[in-house]
Amino acid sequence: MRFLQPTTWAEALEARATHPDAVAIAGGTDVMVGINFGRLRPPLLLDLTRVGELQEWSVDGGDVRLGAGVPYARVITELGDRLPGLAMASRTIGSPQIRNRGTVGGNLATASPAGDAHPALLAADAEVEVASVRGTRRIPVTDFYTGVKRSALAPDELIAAVRIRPPAGPQQYSKIGTRNAMVIAVAAFGLALHPDRGVVGTGIGSAAPTPRRATAAEEFAAEELSGLWESRGELPAATAVRFGELVATAAAPIDDVRGTAAYRVHALSVMARRALTWAWAEYRTAKES
Amino acid sequence: MSAPARTPAGAPGSLTGPGSGGVGDDAARPDGTLKVRGEFAYGSDLWMEDMLWGVTLRSPHPYARIRSIDVGPALAVPGVKAVLTSDDVPGEKVYGLELADQPVLAVDVVRYQGEPVALVAADHPETARAAAARIVVDYEVWEPVTDAITALGHPHWNQVHDGTARVTELSRESAHLHPEGNLVRHLKVRTGDPAPTADVVVVNTYEVGMQDQAFLGPESGLAVPAEDGGVELYVATQWLHVDQRQICSALSLPPEQVRLTLAGVGGAFGGREDLSMHVHACLLALRTGKPVKMSYNREESFFGHVHRHPATMRYEHGATRDGDLVYVKAEIYFDGGAYASSTPAVVGNGGTMGIGPYVVPNVHVDCYGAYTNNPPCGAMRGFGSVQTAFAYESQMDALAAELGMDPVELRCRNAMEQGSKAITGQVIDSPAPVVELLRRLEAMPLPGAAPDDLRHMPGGVSNTTHGEGVRRGIGYAVSYKNVAFSEGFDDYSTARVRLEVVGGEPTVTVHTAAAEVGQGLVTVEQQIARTELGVDRVVVAPKDTQVGSAGSTSASRQTYVTGGAVKAACEAVRGRVLERAAATTGRPVGELRLFDGAVVADGLELPLAELLGDDAVEETLEWRHRPTEAIDPETGQGFAHVQYAFSAHRAVVDVDTELGLVKVVEMACTQDVGKAINPQAVVGQIQGGTAQGLGLAVMEEILIKDGRVQNPSFTDYLIPTILDMPPMRIEILEYADPHAPYGLRGVGEAPNISSGPAVLAAIRQATGLPLTRVPVRPEHLTGT
Amino acid sequence: MRLTCTVNGTEQQVDDVWEGESLLYVLRERMGLPGSKNACEQGECGSCTVYLDGTPVCSCLVAAGQAEGREVGTVEGMATDEALHPVQQAFLDAGAVQCGFCTPGLLVATDDLVTRSLAAGAPPEDAEIREALAGNLCRCTGYEKILDAVKLAATRMSESAR
Repeated sequence: MRFLQPTTWAEALEARATHPDAVAIAGGTDVMVGINFGRLRPPLLLDLTRVGELQEWSVDGGDVRLGAGVPYARVITELGDRLPGLAMASRTIGSPQIRNRGTVGGNLATASPAGDAHPALLAADAEVEVASVRGTRRIPVTDFYTGVKRSALAPDELIAAVRIRPPAGPQQYSKIGTRNAMVIAVAAFGLALHPDRGVVGTGIGSAAPTPRRATAAEEFAAEELSGLWESRGELPAATAVRFGELVATAAAPIDDVRGTAAYRVHALSVMARRALTWAWAEYRTAKES
Repeated sequence: MSAPARTPAGAPGSLTGPGSGGVGDDAARPDGTLKVRGEFAYGSDLWMEDMLWGVTLRSPHPYARIRSIDVGPALAVPGVKAVLTSDDVPGEKVYGLELADQPVLAVDVVRYQGEPVALVAADHPETARAAAARIVVDYEVWEPVTDAITALGHPHWNQVHDGTARVTELSRESAHLHPEGNLVRHLKVRTGDPAPTADVVVVNTYEVGMQDQAFLGPESGLAVPAEDGGVELYVATQWLHVDQRQICSALSLPPEQVRLTLAGVGGAFGGREDLSMHVHACLLALRTGKPVKMSYNREESFFGHVHRHPATMRYEHGATRDGDLVYVKAEIYFDGGAYASSTPAVVGNGGTMGIGPYVVPNVHVDCYGAYTNNPPCGAMRGFGSVQTAFAYESQMDALAAELGMDPVELRCRNAMEQGSKAITGQVIDSPAPVVELLRRLEAMPLPGAAPDDLRHMPGGVSNTTHGEGVRRGIGYAVSYKNVAFSEGFDDYSTARVRLEVVGGEPTVTVHTAAAEVGQGLVTVEQQIARTELGVDRVVVAPKDTQVGSAGSTSASRQTYVTGGAVKAACEAVRGRVLERAAATTGRPVGELRLFDGAVVADGLELPLAELLGDDAVEETLEWRHRPTEAIDPETGQGFAHVQYAFSAHRAVVDVDTELGLVKVVEMACTQDVGKAINPQAVVGQIQGGTAQGLGLAVMEEILIKDGRVQNPSFTDYLIPTILDMPPMRIEILEYADPHAPYGLRGVGEAPNISSGPAVLAAIRQATGLPLTRVPVRPEHLTGT
Repeated sequence: MRLTCTVNGTEQQVDDVWEGESLLYVLRERMGLPGSKNACEQGECGSCTVYLDGTPVCSCLVAAGQAEGREVGTVEGMATDEALHPVQQAFLDAGAVQCGFCTPGLLVATDDLVTRSLAAGAPPEDAEIREALAGNLCRCTGYEKILDAVKLAATRMSESAR
């Protein structure tokens, strides 16, 4: 095994291009588990923690551009107002020690269906900025996940950043675990109201081969709420219930040690119903204040 | 006795500690400072300059015949120093705590997934792992037997109830896991009317999943070859001498050549009663002539020790309309897995303690332990009583509901008290304050409504409810547990106590082989010596086999039995010192006592430094609790147990009934400890035991599918975090047991038994669901 | 490969490090600092918690090379020869140490929590303590006395800061 430690983004991309079989490591929260238990023996580890460009976030063209190496702890403390859904998701991840190291970039690179950041990124219409020596491109996060732990990242590419438009409306994030901390999601749900566009964004996690949106639920909500955005009227209870049901229909879960498929479907319907109710209540209150 | 050529870094030294304090005080741990400095060496911290690393190749199959093993490719790996299989075991090829049935390394057949097949020693763990992966084992894979009832050929409950009862046919010859068949033990209890009837009858079946001890310090140790052809083994374990016996048998060496020293133990809870890497490290060290360290990682740890027996139990309770228990019938099946381990004793406890601390005139219990191809199960804190308590306490709640009675009232009405007869016919001859434990719990204030803060909601910061669907429930449970070894076992401990003057200061050295696993026995040993000998400075010698057996750190027994031995040895030392003082001073022995480093009497204070000079007074003796006896094999009657510990819990839970998520809001516990030798440590045992019981109730289970473990990691085997454990209220009663040293009762297990059933009862009350299986999963609460 | 980093204020250099080794392994097996513990090696227990450039992390998840040139702080660096750190003393006084395997990681996590809380002006409240220590598993104590110890340490550290 070799260990490469580029200090600039250009060097990192060069190394990636030269060593397509290298495994990139940042917080190490996935890679080191694989190595410690003998499941991962890459010929080369490409350490990205010295690449300064990855460790910062900025506001760029109205978007938050979140460097792929920014740990969750900083998302919580520095971006709670700008990226509330992602910050809520970040707070549920692992332990404080994990949140001090783990990154959204790493979550995306692993592309596990159980990755906690994904539902929040989906709901917020995030874009993934990836780069190689060939250049930089942006991938809508919806198109990023291509299979179980597979993504649209090409072998010579690295994740540079995630770009997220700060919300025009409330966001929610809920996650089911059978313990009150340090738990992998049995099912997770992200929700973002986009009143500026009359759109409701969703993301579901741990309930399909990839993180995915609940498109039918989004369309239903957009239609049901179309007359309410302006008036900020009360959300009919039946709308929330139906929204939950439609979110659940988007899931294609399996039975595994963490939960049954039937429970995941049920839990998604409850989480989605509650999340929409909370978000709408917040949207209504925001007007009054 | 030959000393090892060298001593490893991390070999334990004597503990003195900064502390003071005698029996009844919150004395400080003598190992505490080392532990907080990071200088206390656990088994995995042992280190020698030229040591090798040992690793184990384990079977990927739950049941298979080994056609052949080719170690050649592993031996060819540079850096590899030895590769061993069962052919390299010089002595007995099988071992076991109660029955020798478990191969040191697989012989022809593997009977569980993870069974050790071969060993490798190399100069780096990565080299050893890579080499192990190159060993070629040709398996003929067999269909595993994975259900205890099926393994015994008994009809399943559902067949009994739908009238199609038949003996299960085991289809293959290989389904007999061991030559004598699949029954490890069948215990029967028969009292009163064999065909009783009652006004009100409740019948239910219960299941308890497989719990893991999940001690934090993985199995580890270091074997050092000695010049005399023997071996020194530094190892984290629970009973040095029973390990030594089994290692000697496997190595074909006499005890003088197999010397064990207790390395630092990172928790045990029963999981270190059986051998793990002990013989393996010794074999590799003897073969290579070098020190060999073996340290399991977490995944291997799940395969490297026995677990708590999963249980399937059918209970039938009959009572009068007024709520007097008339009869209990119970059928209890423990899945012992592939090897016996301590299954016979677990069956013993499960059966003889199996209806709880209640007086019942007519009892019919059948308790079985079976071999299957699941992971071997054996000792875990609570030992057979944890499983049955879920059943009998759930039955008491079900009966109370059927009678329209308050569940605490029903329990009090039928509770044991001093003088009651247990179902073994044994008269409870020390306090049994079951009613008081329950009444005190009832009298404790209840927690208020949860604050409006996510962190107090079911689901916590995962933000699944802001109060929607949340219902509160309160549940009670009471348990009792036999303390120390039962059924006629010769249960003793050995203590060597030496009093001398060192540097002008009277100093006591206590030497026992009793394993300190975190519970604080080393503190208790010091406290007893201080109280008995009036000397503050007490040194605890390293725990090793240079002194006689102390028995196991199990069964809540060490404070009782090793505490009793230390007390007795101190008394013998004191007798000799006072006789000497009497001879010197001319005062009668009866007037003299030891206090603050001196022999004192009215108008006399003779410093020990003056009395003893350079002489040391040393006594070594074995101490036994009063004997128990084997029970009658047909009726289960007999003086089976030496002592009982009683505890009760009240659990308050908030359940998100829509999502099936549970937040335990508060746990309250009352326990009679006879005498709290160290009150702070007693509270620590209650809190820790409560957490483990809570864990089993709501999250902890090793999931097995077709004989394969599905979750051998801390990612998917969940134990409670600090966010899962609620605040506790604790009241400790001290009703002396007249038969025990200082009147004390074993403390460690009882709170582990009553906490889980109380949590289950509270969830049941919050949800209105019957809930007959633990751990309770969200699926059970949501009907998904 | 060669690894150079500062551990508890002292520069350490070790050779022949296999690139797949974790910082935890290097500390324990190559630098003679076994205080940080190896309970799970997958970031699920917190027993190996160390400071890396002042931030508590699971050293089992830090690749050895990632520590190159960094400042590492372990449990062995908390006390002086003469006196325990107030967090260490509080764990002893509160009875928060049983088997002690989780203790080193908890001490580092607690020191970080209490230091940050006091810097922000107030000792940590129960709910904060629980959230901050949720990454440190303990199997012996049921956590009650750990909570007591953290509060005791915060009180003492805030008094001594006055």
